[in-house]
Amino acid sequence: MNKNASVRKIGDITVVELKGKITIGAGDLQMREAIHAVLNEGARKIIVDMSGVSTIDSSGVGELVGCFTTSTHKGAKMKLMNLPAKISDVLTVTQLITVFDVFPNEAEAVASFAS
Amino acid sequence: MTATSPGPIVLWLASRYENIELVQAALAHVCRQREIDGEMEHWIGMALREAVANAVKHGNRLDPDKRVLVKFDGVGNDLTIVIGDEGGGFDPERVSDPLAPENQMKTSGRGIFYIRTFMDDVSFSRGESGGTVLTMHKDLSKRGNAKGENE
Repeated sequence: MNKNASVRKIGDITVVELKGKITIGAGDLQMREAIHAVLNEGARKIIVDMSGVSTIDSSGVGELVGCFTTSTHKGAKMKLMNLPAKISDVLTVTQLITVFDVFPNEAEAVASFAS
Repeated sequence: MTATSPGPIVLWLASRYENIELVQAALAHVCRQREIDGEMEHWIGMALREAVANAVKHGNRLDPDKRVLVKFDGVGNDLTIVIGDEGGGFDPERVSDPLAPENQMKTSGRGIFYIRTFMDDVSFSRGESGGTVLTMHKDLSKRGNAKGENE
């Protein structure tokens, strides 16, 4: 059981909902475990819902980058949605906001896989 | 108007990640005393978390017998936070630029960048008994630019 993440499906899309702090020694590893688990189960279209994330630090950002890279290597696409403003700011200052596919809501994130 | 500083607050902590939450709670106390708003507290807290995590992980290498010093001080519009470790020292010049294209997809190396971004003045020195001392200042008069953009 992962208290920082839960998983649901929308058709062939897997949504990983993150919650709480994604920080060193706590939520960072749980996020990695959750995303790696769905990748190992065969998910190839992944949306990470960040709406429940209260804080992210450099370790959490690093894990997010690592999960993105791992997804790409496995032939999967990992996208982000519902970024709280402060989480978006943290990704923006390190210019990672342009690396990830980021969507303001679930409808647009889901639709992006069809295009 | 910024409240008068009540004097320094000093914490000595074992090198455990769990203690980052304790430091965060201490910051919340300091922010209440100094009448620092939630927006600015968030960005100071982000820098503080990075600094303490660095001291625990890279400075003291997770050795719980080594301690991390956290000191809150400053008067007027200055908030000073000092973080010290008991490790082998640290050369800030050797930290790579996380914005460089070759570093963008690395999974580490952003902590110092975040500290420099969210605080107004950051310096590193050698502690009296070794280790690294990080001193960072926040100008509390910059409330409209709490996260330090364009500085």
